[in-house]
Amino acid sequence: MARLNLLLLLVALACALATVAANHGARKLFTEFEREQTRMRELEVEYGQLQLEQSTWAGHARIEKIARERLAMRPPPPARVVQMEAAPR
Amino acid sequence: MKFASSPILNPRLAPGRSRFVVILLLGGFLLLIGRSFHLQGFQNDYLQKKGESRYERVIEISATRGRILDRHGDVLAVSTPVKAIWAIPEDARLKPAEARQLAGLLDMDVRELNRKLASERDFVFVKRQVPPDVAAKVVALGLPGIHEQKEYRRYYPSGDVMAHMLGFTGVADEGQEGVELAMNGLLTGKPGSRRVIKDRRGQIVEDVESIQAPREGKDVTLALDAKIQYLAHSLLKQAVGEHKARAGGVVVLDARTGEVLALANMPTYNPNNRVRLAGAQLRNRAFTDTFEPGSTFKPFTAALALEKGKFRFDTPIQTAPGRLTIGAATIHDAHPHGVLTLAEVIQKSSNVGTAIMARTLSAEDMWQTFNSLGFGTPLKLGFPGEVGGRLRPAKSWRPIEQATMSYGHGISVTLIQMAHAYLTFARDGDLVPLSLTRVDAPPLAGATVFSGQTAREMRVMLEMAVQPGGTAPKAQIPGYRVAGKTGTAHKLENGAYADKYVSSFIGFAPASDPRLVVAVMIDEPSAGKHYGGDVAAPVFAQVMAGALRTLGVAHDQLLKPLLMAKAVKEGV
Repeated sequence: MARLNLLLLLVALACALATVAANHGARKLFTEFEREQTRMRELEVEYGQLQLEQSTWAGHARIEKIARERLAMRPPPPARVVQMEAAPR
Repeated sequence: MKFASSPILNPRLAPGRSRFVVILLLGGFLLLIGRSFHLQGFQNDYLQKKGESRYERVIEISATRGRILDRHGDVLAVSTPVKAIWAIPEDARLKPAEARQLAGLLDMDVRELNRKLASERDFVFVKRQVPPDVAAKVVALGLPGIHEQKEYRRYYPSGDVMAHMLGFTGVADEGQEGVELAMNGLLTGKPGSRRVIKDRRGQIVEDVESIQAPREGKDVTLALDAKIQYLAHSLLKQAVGEHKARAGGVVVLDARTGEVLALANMPTYNPNNRVRLAGAQLRNRAFTDTFEPGSTFKPFTAALALEKGKFRFDTPIQTAPGRLTIGAATIHDAHPHGVLTLAEVIQKSSNVGTAIMARTLSAEDMWQTFNSLGFGTPLKLGFPGEVGGRLRPAKSWRPIEQATMSYGHGISVTLIQMAHAYLTFARDGDLVPLSLTRVDAPPLAGATVFSGQTAREMRVMLEMAVQPGGTAPKAQIPGYRVAGKTGTAHKLENGAYADKYVSSFIGFAPASDPRLVVAVMIDEPSAGKHYGGDVAAPVFAQVMAGALRTLGVAHDQLLKPLLMAKAVKEGV
């Protein structure tokens, strides 16, 4: 009888410790999850800023200026445009 | 003597005393157990709350305002987080050196800073919309009573090119003009909040509940084509400068879907820097300014005359001697013509010929047509300050007014209304509603205003107006058949026609299967030229040519010299 009680006590003790460990593990994972979510938000912000930067670099006014001034490009006169007829599908 | 036999261990206590002590101890225990049951079982709400407040926190989850995209997904407006620096003036007792340092960081005047900190209020914004890196430096100073707060700032990478279309937001990130206001409800995000458990180090260890889920602002995809918009903007800017005009506007519509592909106004402003913003720059003229359309209005009268069957395409109309007296007033043609067919009346833009047509029509019918074309009522796209122009009820029209209205005087319209109404000619007589947002499935036919036959005949007439002998040969585009109508209207000033003009051109191309409607309006050109065919038509031609090339619309007219190549069937 006493032996069984001792066994049960040990089992109960082990369970209690396991619960504590599991709880701690869950919290650690949760903190990590939170950190990743914060990172996600930060990356979203950065993505927005990069999009902004891209739009600024790819602005039509800037492209036109570079094309005209630095690369000396100009729209082709209509007579030099060859129109292709799309092949029937 | 043995310890066990010590007489002290064998006291002779009165039985009542020991029982008394036992009962006392037992009673004490019972009291404690009862109290703990009471606290745990009956009064636990209050204590629970007290306990939770020790480790639970409600934190806000911010939501960002949606982006505005053009039809190809390019970003036109985006919010990024910035910081607001605020202070509790009572706590912020800064030394002069500290104040100077703070003012220097925030790029503001020390006196202004001191004035703000001397405020009686509990809370003042020192500076809003501060870049995050600057705010971090401010916080690093560790000044008392100075705090930061997260907020958003809206950026418009295209600057002044789309200012009127997009509008802008205020400091609190709410729309104030343009699409930002028209679609504010959709764009605005709603911040949420949640309850969490934080540990000693301030880290979140457990999510208790979500009190309110955040609603992120929705992205809005406009019908706008950034490339066509840039083209319209820069060509308009050039034309307004060249003709020393007071203002101008361009509208580009997709004839198949009713989408607004571009909308530019001059003068304009940079929405990213609105320091010196005057009312004139803010005006979205295409929507808010009405003008007398003049000759661009004639096709509607002609179309109604065709529709009523009183005239045919080639019905001769005697317009000589270029004058027509109605009641006490006389109307004139700029150049007298002889006998013109109905088509030539439109081609040569004869006021007299149009008035003769209008005489055979009832005022009620004319009003009905103009009304169903959308004149007199705002388009209701949600833009601030949208106006409907003036279209008086038919009962109040006098004969002379009916005559002048037939060629676009005595009525006022906005540029976008004119462009919209021309959709009836570009399509087969029906009027689809305009759309600011991208339309993925072409709408079914809109409300029919004219018959398909009438619309086709009007297209031929409007094409004639652009050809030699018409009023706007400068609207021609190599490779495409173009149709359109010029307008040159005197401006009304204090009830009398002044020596100032509004030059306009509204047209569509390719005439064989119209894809785009472009409307151009130049207000008060004052560099010598003022005819719509000289001022507005070239802008139309450039915008239209560029837009058609951007969209890859096939030529419908052969170029000389003939340069056509058939694509090789394989490999293309």
